[in-house]
Amino acid sequence: MIVSLEPRVAAPRWLAPAAVVAAVIAALVSGGIVIAIAGGDPIRSYAHIFVAAFGSIGVVSDTLVKATPLILTGLACAVAFRMRLWNIGAEGQFLMGAWGASAVVLLPILPAGTPGPVLIPAMVVAGALAGAAWALAPGILRARLGVNEIITSLMLNYVALFWVQYWVFGPWSEGGFQQTRPFPPEAWLPRLTDFAAGNPMLGGLTVHLGLVFGLIAAALLWVVLERGRWGYELRLTGDSPAAARYAGINIGRTIVVVFLVSGALAGIAGMSEVSGVVHRLQDRISPGYGYTAIIIAYLARFGPFRVVVAAILFGALILAGREIQPSGVPAMIQGFVLFALIVAEVLVKYRVRIGRPAASTA
Amino acid sequence: MDLTLVLAAGIGLGTVLLFAAVGEIFAERAGVLNLGVEGMMLIGAVTAFSTAIATGNPWLGIVLAMLAGGALSLLHAIVTIHLRADQVISGLALTFLGTGLARVLGEGLSSAGSVALLPRLTVPVLSSVPVIGPIFFRDQSVMAYIGYLLVPAAWLWINRTRPGLHLRAVGERPSAADAQGIDVVRTRYAYVLVGGLLAGLAGATITLAISPGWFGDLTVGGRGWIAIGLVIFAQWSPIRAAIGAYLFGAIFRLILDIQGLGSILGAPNPFGAGRSTTFFLEMLPYLFVILVVVAGSRGALRRRLGAPAALGRPYVRGERGD
Amino acid sequence: MSAGTPASPLAIHATGIVKAFPGVVANDHVDFDLRTGEVHALLGENGAGKSTLMNILAGLYSPDAGEIRVNGQPVSFRSPRDAIAAGIGMVHQHFALVPSQTVTENVLLGLDRPRFRLDLRRHDEEVRELALSVGLRIDPRARIWQLSVGEQQRVETLKLLHRGARILIMDEPTAVLAPHEIDELFTTLRAMTAAGRSVVFISHKLGEVLAIADRITVMRRGHVTAAGIPAAGATMDELARQMVGRTVLERITRTEREPGDVVLEVRGVEADNDRGVPALRGASLQVRSGEIVGVAAVAGNGQAELAGVVTGLRACRGTVRVSGEDIANRSPVVAIRRGVGHVPEDRNLVGSAPNLSLVDNAMMKRYRDRPIASGLLIDEDAARGLAERLKDGYQVAAPSVDSEARLLSGGNLQRLILGREMETSPRLLVAVQPTRGLDVGAIERVHQLLLDLRTAGAAILLISEELDELFALADRIDVMYEGRVVGSFPPDPALVHEIGLHMTGGAAAA
Repeated sequence: MIVSLEPRVAAPRWLAPAAVVAAVIAALVSGGIVIAIAGGDPIRSYAHIFVAAFGSIGVVSDTLVKATPLILTGLACAVAFRMRLWNIGAEGQFLMGAWGASAVVLLPILPAGTPGPVLIPAMVVAGALAGAAWALAPGILRARLGVNEIITSLMLNYVALFWVQYWVFGPWSEGGFQQTRPFPPEAWLPRLTDFAAGNPMLGGLTVHLGLVFGLIAAALLWVVLERGRWGYELRLTGDSPAAARYAGINIGRTIVVVFLVSGALAGIAGMSEVSGVVHRLQDRISPGYGYTAIIIAYLARFGPFRVVVAAILFGALILAGREIQPSGVPAMIQGFVLFALIVAEVLVKYRVRIGRPAASTA
Repeated sequence: MDLTLVLAAGIGLGTVLLFAAVGEIFAERAGVLNLGVEGMMLIGAVTAFSTAIATGNPWLGIVLAMLAGGALSLLHAIVTIHLRADQVISGLALTFLGTGLARVLGEGLSSAGSVALLPRLTVPVLSSVPVIGPIFFRDQSVMAYIGYLLVPAAWLWINRTRPGLHLRAVGERPSAADAQGIDVVRTRYAYVLVGGLLAGLAGATITLAISPGWFGDLTVGGRGWIAIGLVIFAQWSPIRAAIGAYLFGAIFRLILDIQGLGSILGAPNPFGAGRSTTFFLEMLPYLFVILVVVAGSRGALRRRLGAPAALGRPYVRGERGD
Repeated sequence: MSAGTPASPLAIHATGIVKAFPGVVANDHVDFDLRTGEVHALLGENGAGKSTLMNILAGLYSPDAGEIRVNGQPVSFRSPRDAIAAGIGMVHQHFALVPSQTVTENVLLGLDRPRFRLDLRRHDEEVRELALSVGLRIDPRARIWQLSVGEQQRVETLKLLHRGARILIMDEPTAVLAPHEIDELFTTLRAMTAAGRSVVFISHKLGEVLAIADRITVMRRGHVTAAGIPAAGATMDELARQMVGRTVLERITRTEREPGDVVLEVRGVEADNDRGVPALRGASLQVRSGEIVGVAAVAGNGQAELAGVVTGLRACRGTVRVSGEDIANRSPVVAIRRGVGHVPEDRNLVGSAPNLSLVDNAMMKRYRDRPIASGLLIDEDAARGLAERLKDGYQVAAPSVDSEARLLSGGNLQRLILGREMETSPRLLVAVQPTRGLDVGAIERVHQLLLDLRTAGAAILLISEELDELFALADRIDVMYEGRVVGSFPPDPALVHEIGLHMTGGAAAA
């Protein structure tokens, strides 16, 4: 049998989104088969995931809390991937952002009792800077020496992990536990539940200001990437670096800037997590947000608003997935989703012919 | 601390990296970048460990681990070779999939107890050669010896055989290979599979020979990525890969040993296992990978040797379908 | 010459060959025969169906209909392997060589022998002997990337001979060669036919065909218009008419014009090529406004690097003045702002971004400036307007301005690029191989656009390997050799040998 691929001259508009939906369904089916083989009940597992993630206003809020870091890290990856820069260091940049924001609180950089409106912006800036700094090395090495950014950014994830461990086990350890002392309330991002006194409906809703950061970042990025000159430069460089150079774009500088922006976004995600959810720095603060972000960026085809949607879906998967056994199911489904997406993308770009291929002109 | 012992122990840890790196060299020489090494190693590790527990036969574990790694690699092959998908993103997907599957399969394994391990051997005459003997040939796992054989075999295969000539052609200029009647698709499938088999072997070597047990993702703990970094450092040569792998093995071992010391030069060990500063030691191998990748990239630049020219690019024959 | 006599058996006898591709019948009932021991030229324009016919004979395509006999036996090839087993081998325009491997390794590639172990030393010796036997100068241990294009062509020939080819098909072998290399090739071809081999020589250059061929077949639009006529007695005019179906003279209008001020002044420029080897070694030249200066050189003598240096894409030492300002070693954007337009050699990856739309491709040089740029944003309407203007003004055939650039044909893409560069009203245009791979009609339009730009007062640096193109367009031809300008000539076709001598460094020795 001969299988051949022919480029589609013009794909219908509905094809790409349909392929993404089909990919997600295919991934869920594959995951279900594995769950069934492992002795579980796939239908019940999925039903459980859905109820646990969207069943009530309370869990929807929890889903959004999980989605918040995914939105920001997903945007971080989407920016870089648009230029075909494989920054897979969002995990490390997230950790460094969390560390940087914590340092503002714990290192007493600002005097104790600094009010929230001053402290929180300082933490955002520190988180963004720490994340950007962590992305700088892979960016410069790639821009200057052509060093593969996949390896360098990934290795720095491990280094960041140990860096955070050093601080939470060592200087910042609270009573020998693997965590710092809790932040003072001024360092907490406001949550909806904080306003429950005025509106009892909001009681227990843990959605925090970080979600707004994520939405603002998505909107800004959309303008810059889809309507801005910088976004055009990224598109051009991503498609053909030689053409970009020919058009007068300084590719080295663009690479470094993209890494900085990407790292800063992931850093803000880390800040938002310590300041909005955990209220302290601790070991294992990320269940792999920076890795899931890669899939989210891909699922969203690098579109900022689509990242928000994909992040909410994956937030649900992570939230509900904690309760289903075996525990590897969410990670496995993520792998299936990514594979299914890749295949779907191929099917959007090419027409598959089975049988004798029609020859093309020489 | 006896340096010979450190180096000898480093051989074991290095063997893991060696298998994975040589496997990746084969795949990349054929023009296919497979970033799923970490995932394939995890699958290999969990398959080997659970097989050994269930059957008591570590050799069966090795075989099944290789097949499991190979099966995952075929998924990458189908997606990248036949469907021409991006090799980077497919490799990442493979890592996610392997990690998730390994977690599912490894459920409950961490408390599974002891397992039959692969034998350790001392080679009669060679082990008494000064320096070399105690490092390489005394009380090493049988896997280490397989590693010693693999390196020259891989080098000869690539550089001194007809299939090796074809392999290099397929990775450098697939159109030229195709024009001479070499089946590019089949060749790429074959070497991606070899990469998967060896990654599975590397994973099995961890759980059945080097550091027995199942510790979830940490069982492999980034060593798949280190192997990929080593390939760049090695500039796609199995011999340089071996040097790098054993060097890394020794570094990993040295870090463990330093952490275990009560005192250094009479002073309390500042990096002892109980102290938080020990985490700085833990960072070193990963920082060192960055260093060698930079060195490898610069060396390649200077000697004008690069990755196989067609690395990462799908092959589409001009006129006829596959 | 060792012309085959009609009595000797036909090496190839093909009858009624049909091959259709979507939208075009490339070979429509074509007959072709090759006598043993002859050089048979196959003449035709780009797209006439020559290469398709030969690809069928070489086993690359299978014909839709027709019969092929080799030495009297009917054959049906399913792959180039089958063809070579029958003694037919083809040297393609794009060589199928592995750059990182040695000559010997390339010769052995794909063979069943040696079965497993490679003893390179023994095979080096074999290859050396084979090369000597047909007078091909080649070092078996050299790596392909170290060889000149002409040498690489010899390796391709050697590969076929090593596989026992008795019939060689050469697809436009002279397109990449310098004049002296062409002479050498002809000597080799004659040596091979004298030894009983047969050669099909594909070309669209009449002079060459008359110089080397015993017989000539002309094709046009999938049909044979002249079948196996003896070269002796054929005339250029007649061949040209059969090839094109009308007079070959290009209908381009060229106005007489006095050159103005010096726009480009390159003085003592040195630069390395991509491999870090010095490629420009003190090159100097000038281009005035309203003047086309042609650069003639054999591939690899620094002309590509010269274009890079002038457009800011390549680092260098020396002076590159555009309208008085030194832009050497600055950046591409400085050159763009200084009014340097550029039609690059690689139009698919440098001159355009293949997966982006025509809108995105149209604004590559102008997205920084109003009206396309509006602050940090891009004005969609202005960008679309520019793309529409280029599409209409330069006859770019595309479904819409949202189409991706990769879907354009070579001629359409080149007009898009030329149009984009011309719309910026450049002071200086650097055009590198602007018509390579285009068909006659498209070439004519590109030539006219370049002349229009000259009329408008721009300075044009035209780098081309087609001497005929330089003669047709240039006001002056500068010849480069080993990174220097070694001579400057008026565009007079009578000077072709003088120019060729300079291109190959022969002038210094003479």
